[in-house]
Amino acid sequence: MDFTLSEEQTLIRDSFRRALQHLVDLDNIRESARTEEKTNEALWKALTELGLPGVLIAEDYGGMGLGLLDAILISEELGRAGASVPFAGSTVLASMIISTLGSRSQKEAWLPGLASGEKRIAVGVSVLFSNRKMENKLVFEKGKLNGGSSFLLDFAGAQGYLVSDRNRNFYLVEANAEGLSKRHFPSVDQTRSVGHLDFKDVSAEPIPIEDSLQINQALNAARVVLAADSMGVSETLLEKSVDYSKERKQFDRVIGSFQAVKHMCAEMTADLQPCRALIWYAAYAYDHLPEEFDLNALLAKSHMDGVAQRIAKTATEVHGGMGFADLTGVHFWYKRANSNRATLGSPKHLREEAAKLQAL
Amino acid sequence: MDLNDREEHRLFREEVRQFISSYRHLVPTETAFSYRLQPRPYSEDVLAWQKLLVKHGYAHRTVPKEYGGAGEEPDILKNQIISDEFFKESIPQGLTSQGISMLVPTLLEHGTEEQKAKWIKPTIEGDIFWCQGYSEPGSGSDLASLQTKAVEDGDDFLINGQKIWTSSATIAQMIFCLVRTEPDADKYQGISYLIFPMDTPGVDIRPLQTMTGHPSFNEVFFTDVRVPKSQVVGGRGKGWMVANSTLKHERGMLSNANGSLDRLLKIKKLLKAETWNGDCLGKDPLIRDRFIALQARVQAMRLHEMRMISEAEKGGARSLGDMICKLVGCQLNYELDCFAIDLMEDHGLNFDDDPSITSASYWQKQSMYDLGLIIGGGTAQIQKNIIAERGLDMPKEPRVKGA
Ligand SMILES: Cc1cc2nc3c(=O)[nH]c(=O)nc-3n(C[C@H](O)[C@H](O)[C@H](O)COP(=O)(O)OP(=O)(O)OC[C@H]3O[C@@H](n4cnc5c(N)ncnc54)[C@H](O)[C@@H]3O)c2cc1C
Repeated sequence: MDFTLSEEQTLIRDSFRRALQHLVDLDNIRESARTEEKTNEALWKALTELGLPGVLIAEDYGGMGLGLLDAILISEELGRAGASVPFAGSTVLASMIISTLGSRSQKEAWLPGLASGEKRIAVGVSVLFSNRKMENKLVFEKGKLNGGSSFLLDFAGAQGYLVSDRNRNFYLVEANAEGLSKRHFPSVDQTRSVGHLDFKDVSAEPIPIEDSLQINQALNAARVVLAADSMGVSETLLEKSVDYSKERKQFDRVIGSFQAVKHMCAEMTADLQPCRALIWYAAYAYDHLPEEFDLNALLAKSHMDGVAQRIAKTATEVHGGMGFADLTGVHFWYKRANSNRATLGSPKHLREEAAKLQAL
Repeated sequence: MDLNDREEHRLFREEVRQFISSYRHLVPTETAFSYRLQPRPYSEDVLAWQKLLVKHGYAHRTVPKEYGGAGEEPDILKNQIISDEFFKESIPQGLTSQGISMLVPTLLEHGTEEQKAKWIKPTIEGDIFWCQGYSEPGSGSDLASLQTKAVEDGDDFLINGQKIWTSSATIAQMIFCLVRTEPDADKYQGISYLIFPMDTPGVDIRPLQTMTGHPSFNEVFFTDVRVPKSQVVGGRGKGWMVANSTLKHERGMLSNANGSLDRLLKIKKLLKAETWNGDCLGKDPLIRDRFIALQARVQAMRLHEMRMISEAEKGGARSLGDMICKLVGCQLNYELDCFAIDLMEDHGLNFDDDPSITSASYWQKQSMYDLGLIIGGGTAQIQKNIIAERGLDMPKEPRVKGA
């Protein structure tokens, strides 16, 4: 047994960490946060050079052909940095669904562009988990889509959309198709782009889904990726808390010397440490232990969501008024953690799926 | 124990109900929460409503007539009746700004005749808005270490220094402020409590953005700000004692079980309105379980508050039961908000500027604001220290210099 990263994986992680440290700071996070699009296109370009968009796409289509474990290493770094670039939607869900289920012509039309970073696909699957009444149901007839799709991930700047109806039928739509209206969603997470679409007789291509279990797998893969993002987010929150508590003085001592503060930080660590193995295992299972994958993916995200929520709150508390203020930027990570929690199924929803999976 | 209203209180309850039905049409449309989130001058209808409440003795009823109140005898049960009846009918109660809830009681307790006569009436009527100048960059939990200096100059003090996290400073006409007047005294003995106008020359306000997206925080800088000595409240060097009596009021203001009940009832509505696969959310066993668990906590806090009120009415001293209210109430509010957000799944991530309570962004902002209140007015950790050291009489953490 070797529960550690390979040399290549360490290299991937380190190169992304270094690049992101270099390219992302609070100033450009704030800049992205101020725009509707959120996405930092310069950062996207730079990360494209490191191979980010093609990480899960086969080499035949110009991708890196790597595994989910590699993808989550990148995701953790994106979360750690608070990077405003597409990932869980376009790079993970869209690439995977088209790679595994798309027709030959769909693959040829989209995968090379996705792999090179020239194209992005926003993904709308909220209808599968959201309890909201959808007045505007998605209906596909005679090659045309009508209705709506909400909460598309990686929305801004996409060249295509991949949307699902309640029955897990997926459709591909060109972003410049006629009859499409687009709306940015003002999400609490100010570091990533989300949006809504309305369709009025919009040309669309169904994805020929033979085996809907593969849809499940893609969704679960994206969930592991979000869990990894939250892990990175939590790492940053913890690190900021520890650093701050060693600097900030009250009552003539650094606040980190108070047991109350030490215990807050120790509890964050104790909560967070085991998450890494859980998330790594789930990602490893995708490629190597397929029968273990779905359950572990559901465990990983539902658990990480809870941990990240607690850490987000505790880290804010360690910072006192500084945590409520915008100055240290702690709130960007607080919001990203809470946003991941509600994306692609809340913990409660995932636990229900996990129980069903085990015939409970 | 007898929880029935005594005759006097039964009549009073009738009177409150009568008032509500006669004046319901004057209720302002904007919520107090939207003002806290996004400080701005009160609208005409909010001010008119406040004046109406003061006039009828439904806000600040015990403030003596000569200072603009109704001059009623203190009767905690009557306060509770007002609060319950207003709450039941979703009628906004009197405003709760820092000036109204903290400064006014402090002036009543420690102010000079002139100070009381000048400031209380316009403050409770909402015409003068105050901000609280306590925290400094180096002095938050350790408030008594504050460094803003006030040096004697003839009949005045000259103030130099900086405050931070000053909520609503941009709209405040006045500040109540802690400054160091006796540099040689012990840190608790050298502080004075000063009140002065925010437009005094040398006061410079710089807004600070917060996590809610509204710049409700400010830095306030003082450069040779001249304030007459007569503006000291409670005497020179007595500021720490005066401030502590104010903090006591703040902690009461931050934890009010009706606020938790309000959140709970809004959640109850959500449980009926939102559906999943055709069933309303309230039918989901897990959600029911979580809701009832929170309901029990809210109910416990409401009844606890009533018990504390009865004890206080009988003249009991501040007890352990009082000390836990801020800690427990603020945490409970935050958890209620997070539950509401969970119920809305990804739609609960809405963060637009719609302040109406039907919008999902309301819960996001409320949750952040409530997290802020877990920190403000004495952090949760400081509350726990107080409960353990003063309430349970446990030994203090040793003071270590420079650790
Ligand atoms: C929403 C909001 C509104 C506010 N409004 C105002 C206002 O209008 N006017 C004003 O003057 N101030 C205001 N404040 C400031 C508030 O009073 C301070 O933030 C608070 O007292 C904490 O101080 P601090 O921010 O300096 O944190 P610090 O004191 O630096 O605390 C940082 C961390 O250290 C912990 N800590 C510190 N000392 C101890 C100890 N002895 N034992 C254990 N743990 C400890 C704290 O619990 C916290 O987790 C507001 C704050 C908030 C969040």
